[in-house]
Amino acid sequence: MNGFELFTSVALSVISASTPLLLAATGELVTEKSGVLNLGVEGMMLVGAVIGFAVTLGSGSATLGIVAAALAGTAMALVFAVLTLTLLTNQVATGLALTIFGIGLSALVGAGFVGQPLQPLPKLVLPGLSTLPVIGPILFGQDALVYLSFAALIGVSWFLRKTHAGLVLRAVGDSHDAAHAIGYGVIKVRYLATLFGGAMCGIAGAYFSLAYTPMWAENMTSGRGWIALALVVFAAWRPARLLLGAYLFGGITILQLHIQGFGIAIPSQFVSMLPYLATIVVLVAISSDRTRVRLNTPACLGRAFNAAG
Amino acid sequence: MQMKRRTFAKTLMAGAGLIAAPRLITKASAADPFKAAWIYVGPVGDFGWSYQHDQGRKAVEKALGDQVKTAYVESVPEGADAERVLRELASAGNKIIFATSFGFWQPALKVAKQFPDVKFEHATGYKRAENLATYNIRFYEGRYIQGVIAGKMSKSGIVGYIGSVPIPEVIMGMNAFIQGMRTVRPDARIKMVMINAWYDPGKEADAAKALLDQGADIIAQHTDSPAPLQTAHERGVKGFGQASDMIKFAPDTQLTSSIDHWDEYYVSRVKAAMDGTWKSGDVWDGLKAGMLKMAPYMNMPDDVKALAEKTEAGIKSGEIMIFMGPMKAQDGTVKIKEGQMLDDGAIAGMDWLAEGVEGQLPK
Repeated sequence: MNGFELFTSVALSVISASTPLLLAATGELVTEKSGVLNLGVEGMMLVGAVIGFAVTLGSGSATLGIVAAALAGTAMALVFAVLTLTLLTNQVATGLALTIFGIGLSALVGAGFVGQPLQPLPKLVLPGLSTLPVIGPILFGQDALVYLSFAALIGVSWFLRKTHAGLVLRAVGDSHDAAHAIGYGVIKVRYLATLFGGAMCGIAGAYFSLAYTPMWAENMTSGRGWIALALVVFAAWRPARLLLGAYLFGGITILQLHIQGFGIAIPSQFVSMLPYLATIVVLVAISSDRTRVRLNTPACLGRAFNAAG
Repeated sequence: MQMKRRTFAKTLMAGAGLIAAPRLITKASAADPFKAAWIYVGPVGDFGWSYQHDQGRKAVEKALGDQVKTAYVESVPEGADAERVLRELASAGNKIIFATSFGFWQPALKVAKQFPDVKFEHATGYKRAENLATYNIRFYEGRYIQGVIAGKMSKSGIVGYIGSVPIPEVIMGMNAFIQGMRTVRPDARIKMVMINAWYDPGKEADAAKALLDQGADIIAQHTDSPAPLQTAHERGVKGFGQASDMIKFAPDTQLTSSIDHWDEYYVSRVKAAMDGTWKSGDVWDGLKAGMLKMAPYMNMPDDVKALAEKTEAGIKSGEIMIFMGPMKAQDGTVKIKEGQMLDDGAIAGMDWLAEGVEGQLPK
C-alpha cells in the first residue's frame, strides 16, 4: 500500500467513524437551540438502528429502511415531547429514561434479527469522478448517508442563520417568555425541533445498522449517542464547529488504532482514552471565553415552558 | 436493564409462590421439574459469548425436557449486583446455577456459602468450594489451528489481531496463534490492537481497517461481534470468526471460527445435579472433549484444509502440544525451554507476548 492509498483508506475510515456522530449531533443541535435538552439520543439511535435494519431486510430497500429509521426516531422523540412539553416532566430525567427505554425496546424488537447478515448500503458512484485517485473515493464514492450528513449540516446552518423560522426557533430557545409574548407558538416550535432531532438520531442509528457495520446487535451504538450529545456542547451550538468536532473525534478514534498497530509503546488504555481527553481539552479551551459561550448557549435550555404560568 | 431484571425477579417470586402451595399437599412428586438457572454478563443477543452460553441452556431444555425448568438473567453487571441476582435465583428454588463470566467469582463464592444445598458453577474462574465448581474451554487450541491456516493463506505474513483487553485469556490466544502460524511460516508476524472492550462493533470494524491499512492481510479477533469479518469481506481479505459460527456474515471470507460449545457440559452437569452425582471440581477442556469446535474450514485450498484438519486431529490426539518449547518472548528471552511444556497454571497466568507479536502490553 503506497502513501496515497494509505491516506485514502484512513480518510475513508475517519469519515465512517464520524458520520453517525455528525448526523445525531446535527439533530440534537436543532433540538437544543429551541431550548429542549433531550438526553435520549442513544436510545433514539438504537431504535432507529433496529427499525432501519428490519425494514431494509424485509423490504429489500435501504431507502425505505432509512425513512423508517427516521420515523422511528421521530416516534421516540414524540414520546419525549409529549412528556416534557405537554405534561411538563423534567427534561433530564425523561431523556435518561428515553435512553434506557430505547436500549430495552430495540433489544426486544431486534431479538429475531440477531445473526442476520445484510448487504451494506451501496456507495453512490459517479462515473469518471469516483475513479480519480485519492479524491475520487473520498469525495465521490460515499454512501448516501455521508452526503446527507453534510447536506443536513449545511441546511441546518442556513436555516438557523438565514431564515425567519430559524430566528423564531432561536428566540424560543433563548427566551420562551419573550417569544410567547410576541405571539410565537413556543410549544409548537419545540415539538417540531424535538421531532427533527429524533429523525436525525434515527438516521444516525440506521447508519450503524446499514452502513458502518451492516447487522443488528444489541446496544450496537456502544455509547456514541453520548458522544454526539457532548459534541453539541463542544461545538458551542454552532454547526461549523460541530463538523470540526465530529471529525476530530472520529479522526482521533482511528489514529489511536493506528498508533497501536504500529506497536508504538503507549499503553492501549491510554490511547483509547485519547478521543475523550481531546474532547475535554477543547471543551476547557472553549469554555475559557465565557461571554462567547453565553452568546451561543440557548438561555432557556432544559427549562420547561408553561404558557398558563 | 434494571427494570427487566426486577420484573423478572417478580415473576420468579410469583411463580415460586404458586408452586409452593400445591407442594404442601402432594409433597415433591416425580413431575416436579428440576430448576436450573444461568446468569450472563452480556445480552443473549450478542451473537458471541453470552449467546453461546444461552445455546447451552437451550440444549439442557431440549435434552431433559419436562424434567427441568431453566431460567436466565442477562446483562448482569459484574460485582454487587451479581450477588443479588444469584441470591434471588437460589432463593427461588434453583438447584444449580451457572455464573458465566470471570467477574462473577466473588459473588458466586459468597452466595455459594449461604446456600450449601445449591450447586454453583463458575465459568473461566479458579476459586472453588464444596458446592462451587469451575469450568472453562481451551480456546487457545482453536487459535493455534487458525494460526496454521493463516500461515498458509497470508501473502504478507502479517496477521491483524483485534484484542479486547490485555488479560491472560487473550494473551494465550495470541501466543498460540503465532506458535501455530510459525510452524508453516517462520517469519510470520502479528500486529495487534486492543480496543479495551469485548463488544463494540463500530470500533472493531475500525480496528480491522487500521490493521489492514498497515499491511495485514488476514484478520483474527478476540472481540465478540462479526464486524471485523464484514470489514475483511469489504476489503477482499480473509478472516476468522469468534465464539460462534459467523459464516452467514461473511460467506466468502470466514476461514473458520472457534465455536464455544457448552451444550454437553451443561447437560451432563445438570443431570449430575439431578441424580446426586454432582461433585465440585475444575474442568478445562477443548477440542478433544468437544467443548471447542471448529466451524467448517472454508474459503481455502484443499491442501490448507487438509493441513487444518490434520492439526485439529493432532491436538485432539495429544500429538501436537501447543505450548511446547522452545518458545521465546518478544524480547528474545526464552520462556519455554526446548522439550519443555508449559503447565496449566503457567498457561492460565500468561502475561508475556511471544516472539512475532508486535505491540505492547501495559506494564
